[in-house]
Amino acid sequence: MKLSYDAVVIGAGIVGAACACELARAGMRMAIVEAQIIGGGATAAGMGHIVVMDDSPAQLALTQYSQSLWNELASQLPPNVEYDRCGTLWIAADDDEMQEVHRKQAVYAAAHVSTEILDAKALAEAEPNLRRPLAGALFVPSDAVIYPPCAAMYLVECAKQAGATLYLERAVAKAGKGRLVFSDGTEIFAASIIHATGASASRLMPHLPVRKRKGHLVITDRYPGFVRHQLVELGYLKSAHSTSSDSVAFNVQPRRTGQLLIGSSRQYNNEGTGVDQNILGAMLARAFDYIPSLQGLSSIRVWTGFRAATPDKLPLIGPTEDASVFLATGHEGLGITTSLATARLLTDHLLDRTPAISLAPYLPERFACEAAHA
Amino acid sequence: MTQHFDIVVVGGGPAGMAAAACAAEYGKPVVIVDDNLTLGGQIWRGKDIPAAARKWQARLDSVSAHVTRIHGARVFSQPVPGVLRAEQNGRYLDIAYRKLILATGARERFLPFPGWTLPNVVGAGGLQALVKSGLSVKGKHVVVAGSGPLLLAVAAYLQTHGAKVLAICEQAQFSRLLKFVHSIVTDSGKLRQALTYKMQTMSVPFYAGCYPVSAGGGKKFESVTLRQGKRAWTIACDYLACGFHLVPNTELAEFFGCRISNGKVAVDKWQQTSILDVYCAGEPTGIGGAELALVEGQIAGYAAAGQQDKAHSFFEERARRRKFAQLLEETFALDPALAQLPQDETLVCRCEDVPYSVLKHEPSWRAAKLHTRCGMGPCQGRICGTATEFIFGWTAGQVRPPIFPTPLSSLGAKPELIELQETR
Repeated sequence: MKLSYDAVVIGAGIVGAACACELARAGMRMAIVEAQIIGGGATAAGMGHIVVMDDSPAQLALTQYSQSLWNELASQLPPNVEYDRCGTLWIAADDDEMQEVHRKQAVYAAAHVSTEILDAKALAEAEPNLRRPLAGALFVPSDAVIYPPCAAMYLVECAKQAGATLYLERAVAKAGKGRLVFSDGTEIFAASIIHATGASASRLMPHLPVRKRKGHLVITDRYPGFVRHQLVELGYLKSAHSTSSDSVAFNVQPRRTGQLLIGSSRQYNNEGTGVDQNILGAMLARAFDYIPSLQGLSSIRVWTGFRAATPDKLPLIGPTEDASVFLATGHEGLGITTSLATARLLTDHLLDRTPAISLAPYLPERFACEAAHA
Repeated sequence: MTQHFDIVVVGGGPAGMAAAACAAEYGKPVVIVDDNLTLGGQIWRGKDIPAAARKWQARLDSVSAHVTRIHGARVFSQPVPGVLRAEQNGRYLDIAYRKLILATGARERFLPFPGWTLPNVVGAGGLQALVKSGLSVKGKHVVVAGSGPLLLAVAAYLQTHGAKVLAICEQAQFSRLLKFVHSIVTDSGKLRQALTYKMQTMSVPFYAGCYPVSAGGGKKFESVTLRQGKRAWTIACDYLACGFHLVPNTELAEFFGCRISNGKVAVDKWQQTSILDVYCAGEPTGIGGAELALVEGQIAGYAAAGQQDKAHSFFEERARRRKFAQLLEETFALDPALAQLPQDETLVCRCEDVPYSVLKHEPSWRAAKLHTRCGMGPCQGRICGTATEFIFGWTAGQVRPPIFPTPLSSLGAKPELIELQETR
């Protein structure tokens, strides 16, 4: 019997799961294919920060739109998703960075994102474990944290309830021209094939401008209340923006469990999964610089993962040259945040609905020339 | 500062002591890194240590010029190749090695059943250790249950320390135990030991093919329900000392990338693992007791010191002792019925409070970790990973640093630049 669907999503990370859920709820006959574990790739390796970012107007539009979708969903999320709207504190170490706080506030205000500026004293009260003095911070109260693997699980469950079929532990050998071939030779057919394979995207589509950008994270034992907001240094922007060299930045997240997630690092050209002691050391030194008392806390695990990075730090969402193939990848460090918007925009596109924000900046065709020359 | 040694032995139990003594006899600078405050491991502890322990202690003392001892230190990572990092009193030590001998011993296996997390339900070896460190069990009623030769030894120990042991329950069937006893008749040492324990516990009912199905009580443990065949009965007591034999500590070897086969570190005839210059001796290569650990330790020590002829002279004894290890494995293999003991609400992962009901739908260890947090707590899956391996047939995944929870300051410290050394 020939199994055929309206659409099949490859990859059950948070982006693929969100796409399957959105498309199934829109009434499409759906399948979702996962080679390993639901939410087991970058979804499991990352922090789970739902954050508005203003690296570019297109990034601001996408993150803000997606955050509003998370807000709508928040009340329905099961407890194991650990949704917590703790807000983000963008920390300014000195007066220069305080300038950046003001600039950032103006940009957010223009986009109707409400923020609050904390001076040195207010920051010390908000986060007593931060080193003193620091210049201040920008508080973004609408930002939240979640536990992403369970969010992906929830979205896959929603997709299944809306009629989607899950193909679990099934690797894909080939997909295109309306046909998906599994590694065991069996096949399924779909009018639309959506690649949501994150950093592994180039395995099935070698010409995609997606590179692996390695990151390290550390998790501690439980210290409830030690940190109350997601804390990110404003210097983060400098390091996250750098597209060539290895970098680290202070980025600490309080988990519902009382544990702390400590990041972050960015490395290209390192595809091994091993822990790099130099990067780990530099990353923790940065964290100790901001929170000296972290040094005595007990660490439980260190791990690494790979972000799906594109040259312009915007994701690839939309059609390709193969009329049956669509992309939902290249989300770099923002896949958790932008998963819901990606799913909504892609569904709007497939169903020819008018999207809430323009899809244009994320269309894969912006790299079409490079791909053709690759 | 990084300390340099020719040979680093991790673990100060019988295997580690023997390995260090033998390697040092040939003048190699050796260090033993051990997490306890004194050598002897889990087995040679406290005042009542056997003659063999004293003998090896003396042998180590005789080569003390070449042996450095680092006590109270736990190896938790390898910051750069060829360097171990250990934590000691909240500080870290970097130890560079040319050859590494892993003698990391074994731990008790715990299996979940309703009530197993109640206070006063403890490991069999665990209760013995508590008594050794000062807990009084005088006049306390204790049921000793689980599996393995340790049960008799623990029961005898508790009796001599004033406890009233009400029952000894061994999950292995009587027929298997009979075969076991029959096989050790030719080993006078083992037989004498077994008989001594048996004599000391003569008055205690011994049940084979028997195991706890639940521990009862409100906030506090009050009684245990036992099953033997179709019969089930409840005994009121103060402690349930329960351990299901031992499992090898293979985490450090796994971390180094050594090949693991059937839950044991795979080694060649020189006790070398699949990784060049990394040796392994004692329980991690298969549960075989102190005598086998000593032999393997000697072989590893001599081989690492380049004394292959000396190492070779122990091969015959090792072969003989490994038969006993094989016998242990067959005798005390777990009854599959034990996998059915946990009920939906029974916690399987104690660190993260994960019940059986949410785990039973998960397809793998990694999926369970990600979706339920099973194994993500401070014990890093040492207890629940072993249990779920038996209950669900899952295999635990990659071992990541730190191998033990460790202060962030130790984890993050930058290693000194190490000059590449010529290998001899």
